Amino acid sequence: MTRYLVRRTLHAVLLLAGVSLLTFLFTALVPGNYFDEMKMNPQISPETVAALRAKYGVDQPLAFRYVHWVGGLLHGDLGFSFAYNTPVGPLLRVRAANTLLLTSVAMLLAWGVALPLGIWSAERENGWPDHLITLATGALLIVPDLVLALGLLLVAVRSGWLPAGGMAAVGAEPTTWAALGRDYALHLLLPVTALVLSCAPMLVRHVRAAMLDVLDSSFLRAARGHGIPPRRLLYGYALRAAANPLLALFGFSIGTLLSGSLIIEVVMSWPGLGPFLLEAILGRDLYVVIGGVLLSTAFLVAGNLVADVLLYWADPRIRAERGNG
Amino acid sequence: MKLRANLRAWVLVLAVMHAVVACAGFFAPYDPGEQDREHPYAPPSAIHFRDGYGSLHIRPFVYPLQPVAGFSDRYREERAAPAPIRFFVTGQGYRLLGLLPCRLHLFAADGARVALLGTDGYGRDQFSRLLWGGQISLFAGLMATALALTFGLFVGATAGYWGGWTDEILMRIAELFLALPWLYLLFAIRAFLPLTVSPLGAFFLVTGVIGLVGWARPARLVRGVVLSARERDYVRAARGFGASHAYILRRHILPQTASVLLTQAAILAPQYVLAEVILSFLGLGVPEPAPSWGNLLATIQQYNVLTSYWWMMLPVLVLTPFFLGYLGLASALQGWADPSKMEAVGPGSRW
Repeated sequence: MTRYLVRRTLHAVLLLAGVSLLTFLFTALVPGNYFDEMKMNPQISPETVAALRAKYGVDQPLAFRYVHWVGGLLHGDLGFSFAYNTPVGPLLRVRAANTLLLTSVAMLLAWGVALPLGIWSAERENGWPDHLITLATGALLIVPDLVLALGLLLVAVRSGWLPAGGMAAVGAEPTTWAALGRDYALHLLLPVTALVLSCAPMLVRHVRAAMLDVLDSSFLRAARGHGIPPRRLLYGYALRAAANPLLALFGFSIGTLLSGSLIIEVVMSWPGLGPFLLEAILGRDLYVVIGGVLLSTAFLVAGNLVADVLLYWADPRIRAERGNG
Repeated sequence: MKLRANLRAWVLVLAVMHAVVACAGFFAPYDPGEQDREHPYAPPSAIHFRDGYGSLHIRPFVYPLQPVAGFSDRYREERAAPAPIRFFVTGQGYRLLGLLPCRLHLFAADGARVALLGTDGYGRDQFSRLLWGGQISLFAGLMATALALTFGLFVGATAGYWGGWTDEILMRIAELFLALPWLYLLFAIRAFLPLTVSPLGAFFLVTGVIGLVGWARPARLVRGVVLSARERDYVRAARGFGASHAYILRRHILPQTASVLLTQAAILAPQYVLAEVILSFLGLGVPEPAPSWGNLLATIQQYNVLTSYWWMMLPVLVLTPFFLGYLGLASALQGWADPSKMEAVGPGSRW
């Protein structure tokens, strides 16, 4: 177990190192940076710009900057935001927490919807629930996230039922915990709905396919022949056997949700990583971009790691195969 | 037989949709840049068949819009001067398919502008901009697909055929690209490229960036195919007879990757069109005044546009039929390449 875990973790760390190197390499391609615009400003003297460049280490060669940045990273320092004039770490932490809140709620809901629907659909293969679900997921699959988000936003704005953006009510601060929670929940509803609708159809189809694969197998036919009740057969036996592809899908769905949440956050002005990253890109705020990309990759890699561990726990074949190797 | 008919139907549907966009000049009544400052944010023109006296006309007509005094975006119909819609009229010149100079348009109204999807803040016809914008968005998406597949084929074939440490290194890099959340990676690369560029430059930039990000998945799939093809008996036989690597690759191995590449193309193309739409929507892609599906939608990020001018949302609706077409094509192709997997998940991986 520990060996397997250590190997997967090492793999994840190497992956993150590679990603950081990649993003840094891209920065080498930059024609221009944050301080170039400053140079145009006649009110800022060239000496000031040069001093600022020296202060932030922009004038150093790339390799030096990378080593310096990695050194800082090991101390929990993600660099300095030019635009906000503060360290990147605390800025990102707030935004990342918001993104995590949004995506984790959406993740729970999406799986909560997809599992029963997929199982039901597989159980009644070619029955009316199956056809209905296939039709509905097909319809949702062809609607891009962006369209979905804009459509929901339009409905919210025109009906006035739901707050159309942001994370909390502006002005009247809720005083009690209950009111605060209610306020957050109301603001969460719209982006979460958009995320779930964009992610769940794919999950439903995969769950259905995985379950169908298992339901077809001989051991389940044998179990059915032994007179095990259908419900126990479905949830106790089939779902357990179908867990393998579904857990792999779990890791994959994190990436889908992260990318989906990026665009949905921008459209619905949820103060998460998405709008922050966009703003940093438009402002050429180098270290914020690198930090943001790295953090999102870290979420993804961590999710995949969790999926790997769950897989290890769920599938004895993997334990036998990889645990000793 | 049914599979093949299915495939043919989807190809036909997609071909028609692309042909309409390719001949945008003919189907669009106006030039995409033509402004009408008298009519900013005019709602979609109402097409009438019955006039004010209640009599029915065969030829549809619209009423010219008069701005209501005191408002910048309120209009009333000028009932006194109906403008009949005529078909196959000569109008503003354009180049059909970018080559043939042509003046023929499918329709236009006599004495009024007909805006099927309303107009934007400069009074430009949204319908015309939608069609012309499709040229940029679709072309960018297809070019990016071609780029990603070419790159993926090259890398995948190299890795699969030569194997060893080449394979190891290339696949590690591919894994790196796959590990990143798609859109974040796209953003990151876009972040470090110039922000303000000409529309043409932006077009190639967006195409290049999307293609650069997307090569990893096709490369892995191609590698798998090449790896298994390499060990087939007939390939070994060819090698034994002294065939060159280039010959074996061209004659025996690369043709086998065709079905994987075609299926990937059908899966990737709509994603890449959407990627262009998203980039332009966020102001990172093709800039105004050139129309693209993304920057057509960009105005609805303004709250007042979203609340007051609902027709600015309409261009969104064209994305769905294109997605439907490509999704259908992808599953038909999968069925064609491997009939046993017909019941499979479909093109599941979205981002």
